[in-house]
This record gives sequence, C-alpha cells and structure tokens, in this order.
Amino acid sequence: MALDAESRSRLSRLLTEHAERLTERWTGLVVASLRGRLSQAELARQVRELHRSMIDALAGGLTDLADEHGGELRAVLSELSRGRARQGFSATETAISVFAIKDALLELIEQDRDAATLRDFLALSALIDQMGLFTFESYVRTRESLIADQAEQLLELSTPVVKLWEGVVAVPLVGTLDSARAQVVMERLLQTLVDTGSPYAIIDITGVPAVDTQVAQHILKTVVAARLMGADCIISGIRPQIAQTIVALGIEFGDIATKASLADALRHVLRLTGVETTSRRARREA
Amino acid sequence: MTAGIDLGMPATQAIRSDEDVVRVRQLVRTTAVAAKLSLVDQTKLVTAASELARNTLIYGGGGAAEVTTIDDGLRRGIRIVFTDQGPGIPDLDLALTDGYTTGGGLGLGLSGARRLVDDFDIRTGVGEGTRVTVTKWSR
Repeated sequence: MALDAESRSRLSRLLTEHAERLTERWTGLVVASLRGRLSQAELARQVRELHRSMIDALAGGLTDLADEHGGELRAVLSELSRGRARQGFSATETAISVFAIKDALLELIEQDRDAATLRDFLALSALIDQMGLFTFESYVRTRESLIADQAEQLLELSTPVVKLWEGVVAVPLVGTLDSARAQVVMERLLQTLVDTGSPYAIIDITGVPAVDTQVAQHILKTVVAARLMGADCIISGIRPQIAQTIVALGIEFGDIATKASLADALRHVLRLTGVETTSRRARREA
Repeated sequence: MTAGIDLGMPATQAIRSDEDVVRVRQLVRTTAVAAKLSLVDQTKLVTAASELARNTLIYGGGGAAEVTTIDDGLRRGIRIVFTDQGPGIPDLDLALTDGYTTGGGLGLGLSGARRLVDDFDIRTGVGEGTRVTVTKWSR
C-alpha cells in the first residue's frame, strides 16, 4: 500500500501531535521486550530518534522505504540493528523495537473509528513492516560479519607455536588443516624458528582427525621450508589408524623422522642434542 | 560392483566449496560410527571420502556425495557415491597411476582412495561427468 501525499501529511501530523505519549508508550513496550538489558534512557533516545526520522521521512515525501527519501530512516534503522546484533540480542528482540510502534499507535487511534484513520493506519503499517524487514536484514548482515571475524580470529588462535625446550619448538595442530590454516602455520613456524634460533621443530598432528593427501602435502611443504632455513623437523602424533591410512594412500614422508607421540619426538630431539634423559626411579634402583 | 540392500534413506551433501568437503568428511564419519566400523576403517573411509570429495570439487567443478548404510546379509557397509557434471577423465588408467596429477597435488588421491576402500567403481567419459562409487564393509 503506497502512501499518497494526503495520508503522508495526516500521518506525520498524527505522529507529531501525540509525540510525547507515543514515544513514551513505544519505549515502554521496547523496555518490556528487552527485559531490562538496555537502560531506559538509552532506549528512549533510540525511540525518539526513530520517531523523528519517521516524521522527517514522511514530510520529505517518502512512498517506499527503499526510495531516496528513506535514506536517513534506513541509516537510523541499520545503526539500531548493528547495535542490537553486537550486544547479542536476538533478531526478534531487534525487530520488536520497530514493530512496537504499531501497538502504541493503535492504542492512540482506538477511540477514533473513522475510515480514513484506519486506511492511514494500514498504510503506515505496511511501511513499518518494511522497516522491520530492513532491520532484520541489517541484523543478519552484522551477524554474518561477526561470524567472519570470529572465523579469522579462530584461525589465529588455533595455531600456536610453543617452545618445548632450549632449541626445540612445537606446533600442535588441531582440527582441519586447510590451505589457509596451513599457510598460517607455516608462517608462524618459520618466524618462530628465526626468532628463537631453534634448530628443531616438532609438528604434532595428534589433533588432526584425518590425514589425506592435501594435509600431507601441506605438512611436507612446511617441513621442506623449515629445512631450507636450517631446522630439522619431526612429525609426531601418528596414531595407528593414521599410519595405516598413510600407507594405503601411498604417501611417503621420505627421511623425515616421525614419532607416535609428542613425548617420543621430544626424547628423540633431546638425544640428538646430547641431553641425557634418565628416569629418576630407575636411577634409584640402580 | 556393490551388492547389498539399502538401509534407510541416503544422506546427500552438495559439494560446492572447501567447507563442503569438511561436511562430507563429518557426514561419513558419523555414518561410519553408527554402522560400527572399526577406528581404522572409519579413518580409511573418511580419508578416501575426503580425497574423492576434493576431486569432485577441483576437477569436477562441484557435485554431490550420497552416503548410504547398506547390508548384504552378513555384514554392514557404507556406500558413498560422488557425482559431478564436470569434463570427465579422458585417460582413466593414467589418472589412476600413483603420482600422476593435472592439479598440483601429490597425485595419490584417486589411486590412494581406491586402496583405502573395499569396492571401487568409476564411470566417466569426456564431457559426461564422473561418478565414483566406493564401499567399505565392516569386518
């Protein structure tokens, strides 16, 4: 239902005349729906801003939310949804902030049973529905960008390079090793090798559920790159099922040392560097 | 060719992106666990599915994987069918040779996947797409 000039002016008069009562009731409904998780003052400010830009948009000749007169109103709405999405409110809680004006408005015009008022209300209702849908879309867009950010943060989080011993660093890999993560792992490892001057690196794949040719290729490339920088690599965490799968696939690790556990790999490196490891109990018995 | 009757509805996963390859792996793992395959067989089947799903994506330009639990009266098994509408494989013998690749990988995906499963069937033709059927039986 498109808004014509006449109903626009009637509506904007209706919104202006009862401004105080309308925004107060509107704010009250929003406050109730959010159960006190945002302050009343903050909500009142948002509602007043939304109310004002609706009046401005109607005065400016708005017929559809998507047209050029709705720019300011759209900006206010997307600002509102961005805030709600970032503060962790649900999509429904966000949309209610817009839809609540319908209830507030209906209470205002209830005593006025004239047909023109009803028509105006229906026209405005269609506009409010558009506003609600727009809010919903902005909300989803913000959430998607949040998810993308988190995926990136997870990429960073899940690839630590730890120093195990003097001259020994380890990369415990967990989860899926796709090309993007393999790149991050390689960069981190090579940088840590330079920073710490470590001659040994252990790549632990205990947390990698399946080693296919792509994962193997990423690991092999990382090992070759580390070798070019003069460091020796050991791959640890090869469980029985992984070993059998690697053999069946036909992947060859060549002369790269591989161990079943991280402890074995560390012992192997310590032996190479000439560090003696003895069990204390064994020594006492001897 | 694969024998045995289907148990339940097959689960289908579209393969359009790298994330879908991960989803295929998870679907196969869940199904294999439910069918009580041993840990070694689970890992082998999941790895084979990973290789074939990636081939479907990279060489077939995307497609789908269909995972079904089957029974031949004596034992249970998992059958996975990978289909794509890609260019097809011109020389199948060459493609199944260890170390041969047109991509940049290790060239072990297709031949390795064949060694990881019990039954392996491939239908392909230039311009006709590719259909790979693999089955792993519980022991």
